Amino acid sequence: MTSENMADEYGRKWDRCLADTAVKTATGLGVGIVLSVLLFKRRMWPVSFGSGLGLGMGYSNCQHDFRSPYLIHGHTVKVNA
Amino acid sequence: MLGVCLRGAHATVRKNCVRSPLTPLQSYRCYSTSRSSGASRVVALGLVTVGGGVGGTLLYSKWDPKFRAAVEKNVPYSDWLLGLALGPAPEDARLPVRKQVRSGGEHLFTRKCKECHKHADVSETAAVASAEPLKERPVDEVTARLVQQDQEEEKLLASLSSRLEDSLASSAKATLQAIGAQEVALQAVTQHTRKLKDAMEAEAPSDEKSTQWKELEAALAERTAAVKDATTTLSKANEALEGLKSVINQAKGQKVAAARPLILAAEENLHQMVVDLDKVVSKVRSAESEAKVVSQYTELVNEAKQQFQREVSSLTPEIQANWKGLTGKLSVDDLNALIAHAHRRIDQLNRELAEQRVREQIHIEAALEQQKVEDHKVLDAAVTTAMGHVKEEARLNLEQKLAELREVMEAEMRTQLRRQAAAHTDHVRDVLKVQEQELRAEAEQVLNSKILDQETRYRQLTQEQLDNFTLDMNAAYARLKGIEEAIDSHAVAEETAREAHQLWLSVEALSYALKSAGADSPSMPLEDAAEAVRASCHDDFCSALASALPQESLQRGVYSEASLRARFNALRSLARRVALIDESRNSLYQYFLSYLQAALLFEDQQEAPPSQLSGADLDPFKLLSYASYCLEHGDLELAAKLVNQLRGEARRVVEDWLTEARLTLETRQVVSLLSAYANAAGLGTTQAP
Repeated sequence: MTSENMADEYGRKWDRCLADTAVKTATGLGVGIVLSVLLFKRRMWPVSFGSGLGLGMGYSNCQHDFRSPYLIHGHTVKVNA
Repeated sequence: MLGVCLRGAHATVRKNCVRSPLTPLQSYRCYSTSRSSGASRVVALGLVTVGGGVGGTLLYSKWDPKFRAAVEKNVPYSDWLLGLALGPAPEDARLPVRKQVRSGGEHLFTRKCKECHKHADVSETAAVASAEPLKERPVDEVTARLVQQDQEEEKLLASLSSRLEDSLASSAKATLQAIGAQEVALQAVTQHTRKLKDAMEAEAPSDEKSTQWKELEAALAERTAAVKDATTTLSKANEALEGLKSVINQAKGQKVAAARPLILAAEENLHQMVVDLDKVVSKVRSAESEAKVVSQYTELVNEAKQQFQREVSSLTPEIQANWKGLTGKLSVDDLNALIAHAHRRIDQLNRELAEQRVREQIHIEAALEQQKVEDHKVLDAAVTTAMGHVKEEARLNLEQKLAELREVMEAEMRTQLRRQAAAHTDHVRDVLKVQEQELRAEAEQVLNSKILDQETRYRQLTQEQLDNFTLDMNAAYARLKGIEEAIDSHAVAEETAREAHQLWLSVEALSYALKSAGADSPSMPLEDAAEAVRASCHDDFCSALASALPQESLQRGVYSEASLRARFNALRSLARRVALIDESRNSLYQYFLSYLQAALLFEDQQEAPPSQLSGADLDPFKLLSYASYCLEHGDLELAAKLVNQLRGEARRVVEDWLTEARLTLETRQVVSLLSAYANAAGLGTTQAP
């Protein structure tokens, strides 16, 4: 069960990651298209930019998610004497 | 080095050749042309370097022997080469010189010793005595030598003393003779003088006068004879004394100690004799001088008488010399003439008297002067003789005193030597006493030790006997006790057997409960079984074990090995896929790489693990194959250990499996321990029929 949880977790992470990346890329693409159409005279670059932006965000999120067990969080503790 | 140079040459050649496009012929030429210029230079340079290195090594090894030794040690065949070039190593060259020096020194010493042996032969006893300082000369030798020395001394002494005595006797005789002669002479002289005086002054008749004169002449002759005799004897005595002196000097030259008193006595005698002789001689001389005075006086008187006689005879030629008998025979004229002559004579005499009185002082002074001079001479002579005598006396006194002192010293030395001998005997006595005491102490010690040994042995034997008896008694008592205990323990054993049976039953129930695990589900909770085991436990070991079961297993139960095995297989692929990921490498790119690795890397499905893991075996793929092998062969423990070696993401992935495996292992271990214990207890209590 727990190992299934681990493997499941692994699988779940990947699912999340892919879904998130897809969503972000699509969103970026969409925004790019919109901006290109509205502001940048139907040039290609906002589209590629937006999609790239989305892909990159998704990638970064995915990476962070996979890295999360190894991240060290520091806390500042104020000592009230 | 040459090879390197050649290689370098080839490289340069190749470089040169490759640059230009070439045909085979050209290449050949290229080779040949390049070689002559570049290669030859390199070869020459290399040769120069090698020669320089070898030369430098030779020179430095010649100068520094340590460096030479190091070179010989490290480079093979270099010792042969260096020996050829430089000669043998300096260590060898040094030794012959030293040997020569040492042998030369020894030779000198032996020669010197020979000389000293020669010297020693002369006084070998002394050398022997000095070589062995503690050994004394043998007493006989010493006494013999002493006796010999004494004999020699005595002989010398005898000869000396005899000679001295002889010369002394002869000189004494001569001296006595001389003294006697001198005395006789003295007597003769005094007699003669007296007689002369009497003859002058006495108014005796002519007969007596003539007899007197004859006596006087006789006395004179006697005196002369005596004086002559005295002088001859004096000379003889002087000769004898001289001889004695020479003998004494000779004796002194011999330096024999015992003869000194003799010499001294002889010298004293000599001195005495000389003194006496001188005294007598001086007496004789004074008598002679007196006699001279008297003779002068007589001469003067005779002269005056003769003159008067002449005068009287000139006046009265017929009157005889003796005018006293003339009173009846003379006439008045003659008498008057005689009276006138007498008056004239009286006047003359008065005048002479006056003259004499005038010249008295001068004459007296002259006489005094003469007397003084003579007195001086006499005084000087007397003083010198007296000085000589006094000196001689002083010397004799000194010699006497020296002899006395020497005797005193000898006596003292004898006393000191006696004292030393006494001290030596005391010391020897003390040493002997000490030795005696030491020996006695040693003997006592030996005796005591022997007695002690005997006692200890006796005690040992008695102790042994006692020990043996005690042992027997103890053994019997122990046996009795054993029997009693055996009987008691029987009952106890029955009880424990029952308990053990119960325990065994409960443990069996527990192990059966373990087996109830399904394929994918854990076994039933082991709570009840554990409780039963705890109930049937009656000692700490068992209860400790029973309480050592992990909580999870008690509440939830444990998985079986088969289910774990199945899970592992599923897990393996996942672990392979994330093998490259760890704390430092965890980006998505790394994930991609890890996936690629897993896809491309093939390893054995199952591989037997080695007994010792090396660094290469810590590769996750290898570990997984080892673990899989272990699992297939039923060794869950080793598999868990191997899986524990995984690191990074792979470790995180298999963490749960690991925990489960640990749990199972723990429970199984406890159960196996308990069953072993129960079996042992049961076996212990089971009695064979």
